[in-house]
Amino acid sequence: METKHIGAQSVAFHSTPGILETFSIVGPKEGRGPWGNDFDTILPDEIYGEKTWEKAERKILIEGLSNVITKSGFEPKAIDFLLAGDLLNQIISANFAAASFPISFFGLYGACSTIAEALILGAMLIDGGYAQKVIAAASSHNKTAERQFRFPIEFGSQRPPTAQWTVTGCGTVLLAAGGPNPKVTCATVGKVVDLGSKDPNDLGTAMAPAAADTLVTHFRDFAKNTADYDLIVTGDLGRVGSSILAELMENAGFPFRGNHIDCGISIFATDEDVHAGGSGCAALAVGYSGYLHKRLLAGKINKILIAGTGALLSPLSTQQNENIPGVCHAVAIEVI
Amino acid sequence: MTEQSQAYQKLAQDHIPKPNYLKNTVNAFWVGGLICVVGQVFNNWFIAQGIAKSTAGAYTAITMIFIGALLTGLGVYDEIGKVGGAGSAIPITGFANTIVAAAMDFKAEGYVLGMAAQMYKIAGPVITYGITSAILAGLVQWLIWR
Repeated sequence: METKHIGAQSVAFHSTPGILETFSIVGPKEGRGPWGNDFDTILPDEIYGEKTWEKAERKILIEGLSNVITKSGFEPKAIDFLLAGDLLNQIISANFAAASFPISFFGLYGACSTIAEALILGAMLIDGGYAQKVIAAASSHNKTAERQFRFPIEFGSQRPPTAQWTVTGCGTVLLAAGGPNPKVTCATVGKVVDLGSKDPNDLGTAMAPAAADTLVTHFRDFAKNTADYDLIVTGDLGRVGSSILAELMENAGFPFRGNHIDCGISIFATDEDVHAGGSGCAALAVGYSGYLHKRLLAGKINKILIAGTGALLSPLSTQQNENIPGVCHAVAIEVI
Repeated sequence: MTEQSQAYQKLAQDHIPKPNYLKNTVNAFWVGGLICVVGQVFNNWFIAQGIAKSTAGAYTAITMIFIGALLTGLGVYDEIGKVGGAGSAIPITGFANTIVAAAMDFKAEGYVLGMAAQMYKIAGPVITYGITSAILAGLVQWLIWR
């Protein structure tokens, strides 16, 4: 049988599943950012008419899923699989949101790399012939993440300059067999990389080695280099992680050619008080389904590599002084 | 740590911005100082009302706790904390902030196992070690001056 596994850690999708529709929802702070015009819905507030922040995140994800299905014109039953995840313990946002849809569901946890993980698995399902239509989705919410990973919301603490601001929102992507451009062409599945980072207020430093590892592996597996992509987009390395990544890539012999952006940095206006930038599953999820997808459709860019970066920590592991390993999954999306 | 980890952490250090200690210290000084001045004004006012000096101290503490709690409920104290840092965390208003912020947050998980159980999440260690150190200090005093 012909293998679709390429090199050390990569796969190629011979049937190149297409991205049929996307939908993005963000909070007000994200809506004020430079990508504000690219999002489908900007919420006026983060509580979204709900009683708890967790319910608000779930509602955001449900809305994102409903809308991407409605936009596509298909019945929910026509979707073969839903692949979704979020940051909350036991991925309750994705699990509970999935209860609203009659779609076979895989819950994923890849921390902030979830949307890339979902896209890779979704493309594999389609390319393997197991599905015709798959939705990949991820959500995060600033307030639910604060509550779970940091402090009570009204607690008056000072953040260090390396801290990041969790993006509120969700991005949903509908993949279809034989679908239109842009297409998912190949991917590199990351290894978990642990280089001894321990600071939960500096996740960029924790994730950058994983990002470098996956990107370098991607270029080696496909005998490509950074110039082969119009844009290389990382999820949420923030300013610290991006700066480290640039040096790591340079040292590995794959320097960026001014074509690297990080959704965590780009999503917020520079005068927002977000320190090293944004983070969260939604950073890359809305970055792709909002900003990048529209640029691909408009022909402004043709070939991008999106690299979801996840910091694999829990409040418990941090308190027990464990290291924070990182993981990064890269997906190539191209207009062919 | 492995050699590779050590090399990476060394490389990363050059990219990690340091907090602006001077600015943070100055802000902590004036924010903390301002909170103390407000407390002193109340203290003087209570004494001027003819309240005994020792009782006026308790009244002042109660008033400042109320203000800290109110500003937390109004969503202002976290903004003060962002600027003031230790200056707004150390005074008794900061202590009120830790309890009220936690109580507000955990109300969603119910009044018993949520709010009541979790409201000391941040303040708890302060109470525990505060009492422990008070007992130790009392013991030392007793040993020296009994």
